Amino acid sequence: MRSVASTVLTLVLFATYLGIGALAHDTHFSLGWVLASTVLVWAGPAQIILISTLGSGATVVQAAIAVTVSAIRLFPMVVSVLPMMRTEQTKRRHLVLATHFIAVTLWVECFRLFPQVPRERRIAFTHGLGIGLCSVCLFATTLGYGLAANLPPLLGAAILLLTPLAFLLSTARNCRQLSDVLALVLGLALFPLVSLLQTGVDILISGISAGTIAYGVHRWRERQ
Amino acid sequence: MSDFIGDWHALLVLVIAGFLPNEVWRMLGLWFGGGIDEGSELLVWVRAVATAILAGVIAQILVLPPGSLASIPDWLRYGAVAAGFAVFMLTRRSIFAGVVGGEAVMLAGKWWLG
Repeated sequence: MRSVASTVLTLVLFATYLGIGALAHDTHFSLGWVLASTVLVWAGPAQIILISTLGSGATVVQAAIAVTVSAIRLFPMVVSVLPMMRTEQTKRRHLVLATHFIAVTLWVECFRLFPQVPRERRIAFTHGLGIGLCSVCLFATTLGYGLAANLPPLLGAAILLLTPLAFLLSTARNCRQLSDVLALVLGLALFPLVSLLQTGVDILISGISAGTIAYGVHRWRERQ
Repeated sequence: MSDFIGDWHALLVLVIAGFLPNEVWRMLGLWFGGGIDEGSELLVWVRAVATAILAGVIAQILVLPPGSLASIPDWLRYGAVAAGFAVFMLTRRSIFAGVVGGEAVMLAGKWWLG
């Protein structure tokens, strides 16, 4: 529990989930639904994509495609963190719950905290950290939902602004290479243009094209 | 949306559009993760696309704001986020300072407008 309380990222996570709760309220989802999404999906970006695409009238298939593309980044995270938890006796099924908890915050914290945890206790440690963070987020979701319902519009707007701010800044902080920075900037710039086309999959089109251009520039620079 | 809030249909949509498409990547990582190099070119592209999609979501919330955020004028929303980013850069990438700065600009701007 001390690890949960002491991380700065917990504050950012709290702000994000306050925003998710408020967003769910303003797009007319029920509180139970958004809490279930926090437990089952357990990935802030995917939840925001899910809520905002469904809320703006996209079909289930369109929302699912947008969510699954955003979730691809979980794959390299899982691949890189699981070897640190395994021992010779570890079976795959022992890792299922720990794998479910892996999202960007937990992934970063595992790299920071694992060196202090004996290997055979790391799975239990991950479960504890995951359940702790998830409880904090459930509380934040409920609080954000309640605040959006009861606060004057100005403060409600302030809570909704938390989501883009927290995501923009934490993504900017995680940028490791030129391709990440370019993808962020191009992604921000392309969406308003693509949204004029009103395709229903604007996010996918702008995201895949901006990401691919960013990757192309990265390749081109490496060849120079 | 309001015709399926809180019933089994809403939960089914959550599972099909949210839980399964998200969880599949975690489980694929658990099953097939052994032989993939974290620095591989494929993962560089995947990360760039994932980052750009998230950027698109951020832009969507700012350009087509939901609920009460729509009561804030366009220029003030963009200005507040730009100010938050400037504070973030000036404070050696402090997310906390950037978020507080951006929120302060939005609240002050709206208060000033009356």
